[in-house]
Amino acid sequence: MIRAALAILRKDLRLELRTGESAPAMVLFSLIVFVLFHFGLDRDTLEGDLASGVLWVTILLAAVLGVNRLFASEREGAAIDGVLMAPIDRTAFFLAKAAALFLYLVALELVALPAFAFLLLSPSLTGALPELLAIVLLADIGLAAVGALVAALAVETRTRELIVPLMLLPLLVPVVIAAAAATEPLFSGSQAPDDLGTWLGVLSLYDSVFVLVSIAVFDFLLED
Amino acid sequence: MAGPHGRNLRWWALGSAALMAAALSLVFFYAPNDADQGFIQKIFYVHVPMAIVALGGFVAAGVMAIKHLRTGDRVWDLRSYVTIHISIILGVGVLITGSIWARASWGKWWVWEEPVLVSFLIVFLLYCVYYPLRFSIEDPGRQGRYSSVFAVVAGAFVPLNFMAVRLAESYTHPRVLSQTGGSLPGEQRLTFIVAIVAMTALFVTLVKLEITAKSAAMRIKRLRARMERAAEERESALVAG
Repeated sequence: MIRAALAILRKDLRLELRTGESAPAMVLFSLIVFVLFHFGLDRDTLEGDLASGVLWVTILLAAVLGVNRLFASEREGAAIDGVLMAPIDRTAFFLAKAAALFLYLVALELVALPAFAFLLLSPSLTGALPELLAIVLLADIGLAAVGALVAALAVETRTRELIVPLMLLPLLVPVVIAAAAATEPLFSGSQAPDDLGTWLGVLSLYDSVFVLVSIAVFDFLLED
Repeated sequence: MAGPHGRNLRWWALGSAALMAAALSLVFFYAPNDADQGFIQKIFYVHVPMAIVALGGFVAAGVMAIKHLRTGDRVWDLRSYVTIHISIILGVGVLITGSIWARASWGKWWVWEEPVLVSFLIVFLLYCVYYPLRFSIEDPGRQGRYSSVFAVVAGAFVPLNFMAVRLAESYTHPRVLSQTGGSLPGEQRLTFIVAIVAMTALFVTLVKLEITAKSAAMRIKRLRARMERAAEERESALVAG
């Protein structure tokens, strides 16, 4: 199962490297949204809860783009039939897609976080990097699991580009709550957030619930 | 011929009408006015049972969806769909009564400090996506399967979301639990319990009614198709003869 998942993941990453359809678009989108926030809020620098809110909403909206494109290569030319006819576990397919989305999100944040610090954020980030890394990675796991599931649900519908944001964003509200609340003290200059553990716990709980639920229900998607 | 869901429907309807009447008379003539909020607090006996029953309906729909996925029996998909449908309708009522209550007791139509109401809004918005998802899939088997997957995922989301929103609010606004439970005096508690039972009975009646109506509509469609087929066969037999 791991081998099949890795093979699909390798295929997706190779496609992504050659076409650059997901991650670069997500990065570009996040930069545009930062500019929009600058004008929309009419602020040159952000800090505290406003900064963490802007950052997380931007990441979420950029994630919608990646989720929309996640099954694009399989959809075009009915290549999905080939994957489904291959004698591999459906779970392997899900894990590969979630891993691909996770890597796209990491790539997005590798550019978007420094860009955010450079363009909008006023407090320096250097002291808070380990905490921020933990928050971002835990949030990405949840985003990747739910994103891959929603992408698979939407791919067979007529209105998939509507279903993805409409279903994904409400499902991600707990991620925004936890991630934004955990990031807020890091962005307001105070280096010792006292409730960081609680929010990391909420994120871990969210991740484990939705990874397990997704694996459990994925078998019923993409049949026939 | 009412089908299995239509059985006893009349008794359910009469029972929930009687229970509703009992609950409302208790609310207006028996339960005391709240010392703090006065008469408006009585909306509590409509708002809270409606919210509890709607959330219970969402979770129950998830369980029915699991049954559908495990057995492949289409009737569970129909039950899950109708349960979500009625819960959404109750959800509209929850948001409206909650808003009225907020206006009366805090002077604002919407308060973000109320974690239960905010969580309910998020859950409500998520379940609204059930309709566009379900009706943008044509193949009936796939429609049922995908809708059930949605119901399971959303059912798992409900408790998680409530926890996250409550945590987020409790950090900024320490709150006491007294308003919606905990220390209700005897008369209020009795009224509240009767109101919850009445709302549950109403919910079950509505679900049964809707399922009966939907199955009847499907039966009529099938019979009409069969009738048209028979008429065509007769015609072609006449032409051949």
